[in-house]
Amino acid sequence: MSIIIDRRLNDRNKNAANRARFMRRYKAQIKRAVSDMVAERSIEKMRGGGDVKLPARDVSEPKLRHGTGGDREMVLPGNREFNAGDRLKRPPGGGEGEGGGEGGGDGEDSFTFTLSREEFMNLFFDDLELPHLVRNQVGDIKELRPQRAGFTSQGSPTNLSVVRTMRQALGRRIALRSAAQRRLDEIEALQEENEQTDDGWIDDAEVQLLRQRIKRVPFLDDIDLRFRNRVMVPKPMSQAVMFCLMDVSASMDEHRKDLAKRFYTLLHLFLSRKYERVDIVFIRHTDDADEVDEQTFFNDRKTGGTVVLSALELMREVIADRYAPDQWNIYAAQASDGDAFGADPERSRGFLEEQLLPLVRYYAYIEVNGFEPVRRSTLASTYQRIENSHFVMASVREHRDIYPVFRELFTADPARVVP
Amino acid sequence: MKHTEPLSKGPDWNFELIDRYDQAIREVAVGEFGLDCYPNQIEIIASEQMLDAYASVGLPISYPHWSFGKQFIIQQEAYRKGAQGLAYEIVINSDPCIAYLMEENSMPLQGLVIAHACYGHNSFFKGNYLFRQWTSADSIIDYMVFARNYVSRCEERYGIQAVEDMFDACHTLRDYGVSRYHRPRQLSITEELARQRERAEYDRLRHDEIWSTLPVNPADQNQQMPAGSVEEPQENILYFLEKFSPKLSGWQREIIRIVRKMGQYFYPQGQTQVMNEGWATFWHYTILNRLYDKGLVDDSFMIEVLASHTNVIMQRGFDERGYGGLNPYALGFAMFMDIRRICEEPTDEDRHWFPDIAGTPWLPALDFAMRNYKDESFIRQYLSPKLIRDFHLFAIADYEDNAYLEVDSIHNEAGYQRVRRLLSDQYNRDGQLPDLQVSGFDQDGDRSLTIQHRIHRYRPLSDEADTVLGHLQRLWGFDVKLETIDDSGVTLSDKLYS
Repeated sequence: MSIIIDRRLNDRNKNAANRARFMRRYKAQIKRAVSDMVAERSIEKMRGGGDVKLPARDVSEPKLRHGTGGDREMVLPGNREFNAGDRLKRPPGGGEGEGGGEGGGDGEDSFTFTLSREEFMNLFFDDLELPHLVRNQVGDIKELRPQRAGFTSQGSPTNLSVVRTMRQALGRRIALRSAAQRRLDEIEALQEENEQTDDGWIDDAEVQLLRQRIKRVPFLDDIDLRFRNRVMVPKPMSQAVMFCLMDVSASMDEHRKDLAKRFYTLLHLFLSRKYERVDIVFIRHTDDADEVDEQTFFNDRKTGGTVVLSALELMREVIADRYAPDQWNIYAAQASDGDAFGADPERSRGFLEEQLLPLVRYYAYIEVNGFEPVRRSTLASTYQRIENSHFVMASVREHRDIYPVFRELFTADPARVVP
Repeated sequence: MKHTEPLSKGPDWNFELIDRYDQAIREVAVGEFGLDCYPNQIEIIASEQMLDAYASVGLPISYPHWSFGKQFIIQQEAYRKGAQGLAYEIVINSDPCIAYLMEENSMPLQGLVIAHACYGHNSFFKGNYLFRQWTSADSIIDYMVFARNYVSRCEERYGIQAVEDMFDACHTLRDYGVSRYHRPRQLSITEELARQRERAEYDRLRHDEIWSTLPVNPADQNQQMPAGSVEEPQENILYFLEKFSPKLSGWQREIIRIVRKMGQYFYPQGQTQVMNEGWATFWHYTILNRLYDKGLVDDSFMIEVLASHTNVIMQRGFDERGYGGLNPYALGFAMFMDIRRICEEPTDEDRHWFPDIAGTPWLPALDFAMRNYKDESFIRQYLSPKLIRDFHLFAIADYEDNAYLEVDSIHNEAGYQRVRRLLSDQYNRDGQLPDLQVSGFDQDGDRSLTIQHRIHRYRPLSDEADTVLGHLQRLWGFDVKLETIDDSGVTLSDKLYS
């Protein structure tokens, strides 16, 4: 006889460990592939994980087999026009044949596979961490959220659990009736016996009483009622907003914008690893600031002077409008080439330090210098004086700087923790 | 007994239904057709679990290794892209025979799979001579449990990397860890000593001084083996490494052994693919048709079964899109059906080609074929001219000296024999794998190992050979010499790996 077993509830991911080993073995290659992806995608699209291509040669498992050359015959099905002795041109590529490869993925020369979002993020940010200080604050509890917590005997009718209530009632009915029912059964059995022997009498009154007692047990009673219980549990904040501030004045060329975009991308990805929901606000500014969508932000041109303060003010307005600091984790990244004139840098610094920094979790100022020689810009030298652990600044000049700079800003470094 | 009521209607299945189908199928398979099977263990799994099982080469448990992860990723990608449906089943050659059914299958498919795997493959595993000789069905699962535990202990003690390197090296030689012939059991030392004593005693009793006066032939005197040779060439390279590698420690030898054992376990499967799948396909087709005749399954059931069946036995021509070589299901199924046809309705041609089975009862003929052949010999014995015509088989010769390919023979009177022989050769394991053997071991000298590659029909090794021999050299621990000889034994080239 066959045994039939339901194994559906067993482990589903037996190969997760092997997959992880594969990833570990090819970590260097995979990481390189992942870094390359940053260049090709928009910020939002980066979130979904994605296909990684590895050179097939790297992952192949060598075996001893025949190479090309030598003499051999092949038998094939589906002959239509050939006759013995026909000669054919040798197909290019030195006589493939013999079943044509093992079919590893779609390409012969690359091994493609998909990273889940999580794997992607983990590889990408390998050992980065939100600065310790900030992480503590992320844990701050600001909001309560109902959560199921079993059943109670009191509650509002909307929370009534019918199944539980009926189960309770059933139990109660059985319990309350059973004594009377047992006695009744006894009497009825006796009655039957007596009918056969035709003597003795039956206590009709008792039977009546018992029947009544059974009947009186109510179908549903107050004590049966059960309600779904909900308790309020503190809810960790799970949403963040990220402000992208960028100077789009004439001095910011495509190359610099591209640098900035990469940095924003990284920051966004990084935040979405930590928070359930991440909003992005794009603020561009020349001599005045406006809020735009991503497309406009990166691609549209606008000319004018440079007033950094305008962007900072707009940011504060948006915060006041839509992102209350007690409900949102606020992050900001400002990218600029550092050109600022007159009183603007000093006023911006003051505004930032007094008005914005108390509201945000982290404020990063990225100076994109293009290919110019190193010099401290006006804005940078002013910002330099800000002393606040929520504020960091760094400067990038080329594509390959972005990632290291980003890593530097967010490296889980205990030395940087401010008590 | 004629049922008129079908066992079920519609695509939904449940455990009770599976049980009823299993019983009905068993009644037909075992009761009417006399298939001899291991007991069955049918396990219902989800599709992710099927992917898992795929990746670990069909065994339910395996040691951890990245290559299985790679397999898993390949399968997962193919499945995700819809490039490939999952197999409906996986069946494990064990006792009891474990078959996995996917929960996504509809009832007709479950019926198909039960007939195919639990009675078709199962009886093949139990009956075929290669499986009988080479795999111990009752212990494979236990062995794999042992292997997995052993490997994880090794990883704890010697580090994951060391173990992984070991497996990487062994896997490259996986195909060279198979013994093809049974050896007599090795005697233990006590037994050996006892035997020596016995012989000495026999000599003593038979001792006759007169024989010692015979002159000794000086040529016989120095019969010592020359340094650097083994008693006889060893084709089981992994076995040789496990036993004689001078440098490996105990756990490393054990790992070689695990890889070797698995290679040995899969050895018969690789050589009976056409037969095995053909046999199982033949039986699901035959059994389910019988159920239909008995009225146990309805039209819709049969239509779904036949739709899958025809997909499975689809054979594309060599120049059609999606051609992936000869489909073992198609060829095997056609051959078993053909044997039945030859038995039941032989033509004159069949009588000429298969005088011993034409017109005989088909069940014993099929049973005999299943038990005593492997793909190579099965094709050589049973591929009929009719099938060669049906499949439009033709042979192409690819000779190095010619600038062109030549059609060697086709499906006509002159070509039947040759096509059949060439197709059979194509399934011959010896033709697929380069012939490499351990031919020398310089035990007293520099401990170098000589591997002899007997080149056949000028077919060289592929480029990967250097990597593989590099691994071999690492396992051996001393120099490895690759000696290439031609068919007549003349050395063509030497290459040293150190």
